[in-house]
Amino acid sequence: MMPINAKITKIVDETPSIKTFFLDLTLDNKPGQFVMVWIREVDEIPMSPSYSNAITVQKVGDATSALFKLKKGDSVGIRGPIGNGFTLSGKSILLIAGGVGAAPLAPLVEVAGGKKIKVKTLLGAKTASELLFVKRFRSAGDLQTATDDGSDGHKGPVTELLDELDLRGYDQIYSCGPEKMMSRVLEMVKGANMASKTQFSLQRYIKCGMGICGTCSIDPSGLRVCVDGPVFSGETLIDSEFGRYARDASGRKVRL
Amino acid sequence: MDLRTDVGGLRLKNPTILAAGVLGTSAASLKRVAQHGAGAVTTKSTGVSPREGHPGPVLIKTEHGFLNAMGLPNPSYHEFVRELEAAKGDVPVIASIFGSNAKEFEEVALGLNKASPDAFELNLSCPHAEGYGMTLGTDPQKVKEITEIVKNAVDVPVWVKLPPLMNIVEVGLAAQEGGADAVVAINTIPAMVIDVESGYPVLGNKVGGLSGAAIKPVALRCVYELYAALNIDVIGVGGVSSWKDAIEFIMAGASAVEIGSAIYDNINVFRNISKGIAQFLEKRQRTLDDMRGVAQK
Repeated sequence: MMPINAKITKIVDETPSIKTFFLDLTLDNKPGQFVMVWIREVDEIPMSPSYSNAITVQKVGDATSALFKLKKGDSVGIRGPIGNGFTLSGKSILLIAGGVGAAPLAPLVEVAGGKKIKVKTLLGAKTASELLFVKRFRSAGDLQTATDDGSDGHKGPVTELLDELDLRGYDQIYSCGPEKMMSRVLEMVKGANMASKTQFSLQRYIKCGMGICGTCSIDPSGLRVCVDGPVFSGETLIDSEFGRYARDASGRKVRL
Repeated sequence: MDLRTDVGGLRLKNPTILAAGVLGTSAASLKRVAQHGAGAVTTKSTGVSPREGHPGPVLIKTEHGFLNAMGLPNPSYHEFVRELEAAKGDVPVIASIFGSNAKEFEEVALGLNKASPDAFELNLSCPHAEGYGMTLGTDPQKVKEITEIVKNAVDVPVWVKLPPLMNIVEVGLAAQEGGADAVVAINTIPAMVIDVESGYPVLGNKVGGLSGAAIKPVALRCVYELYAALNIDVIGVGGVSSWKDAIEFIMAGASAVEIGSAIYDNINVFRNISKGIAQFLEKRQRTLDDMRGVAQK
């Protein structure tokens, strides 16, 4: 598919490091699917929509820095939606989100709310001002927060909040955030025999977004994050590269 | 039906091979393709030093086929040798290599040879990385020299992948003179696509290579002419997505086919094509050898 031209209609500062770019088109995606965003003359990068017409981005590298320089009225190219997305099931679900990883989970809880599914969210960030989409998660159900500096909610990693919960009490668990965080979630759901009922959204270097180049293939299954994922069951990730290493643009293994 | 095929010094269980540059960056990915029925798999092209490749977009699907400008991303042979070693075991693994001159080709071949690949494929045809690939593959003298140096450096078969240019037969003959065990034709065709909304070329590198159904007739013509002119095996690649495509290439003279873009639709393409070829041959009570080159009239 060719990139579709999308004009930026509004830019919202969500946190000091995260902005939402609203576009003049409907992305028509399932929560957890992603789009390739072409910042002309710079690069094309994968982004999970945070609304049906918006992407929420953290400034992390050249492409996101270039995106942050764009203004209302500027345009980008969009291909997608791509990948499998989250599968919503059960009557009671738990979400563990860290940092900008909350972006694809916020639309998920809104869909869940519409289906009368009970939602509990654990949301973590470095500090209070970096907690993303607090209002959206709170209005969809129960929300507990955690910050590294203790400026809001529990002081420490968001995964520590899991210690107090009976994971088997949930029909399905969803997680998106830094891989170290998700890796800890995997350990805990594995211990609770819930790995097959937990869905993780993975981040890998995605180049083609069509399942052809193989850059985002994970070890040892060879599954492609872009088209076989980006959402994988915890069971698929046990004893994999997940939590240990990823590959960079050249294909070199980089320890997490 | 027995589809075992001897091609370019290798024996394959069937004549479908994963093309270079597709799902070939890790051992796990290559093994997954092997498990989906490929008779052999080719790695992503590897060079002397790490390259990140071109900025995106690196691959675009158009109504005419795919355009890519990956830009030869690779972690260097120093790093890739471990992946290559781990990729072995299921089906023959062909190491695709590139360099800017004969010495670099030799260095990469010697480096990867430690992992004992089943064959080498020399990338003398990538159309979108300046100073590499096609830049060398248009020059018969250089092709002969590079083939010779790699052939002398390793004991396994050496295949040469050719660019689809007007002098392809001349270049194929140069590869043969250099000692190649087979030629592979063709690589992608230089091409581009422009976004009319913004006026920008879509590919990050502006120009890339066209693959998929659109280039099949071009590839067939190249295979047909190479088969007629050369004594070594010809491997067909370019737009193969069905058993009919594969049979067309075999009738033109191909010993086997490589498959790339078609995995977009289905990673089972290797198994499906083998099944289709087997049914076609069974119905006619013919073997692959009987069919090879029958279109050479």
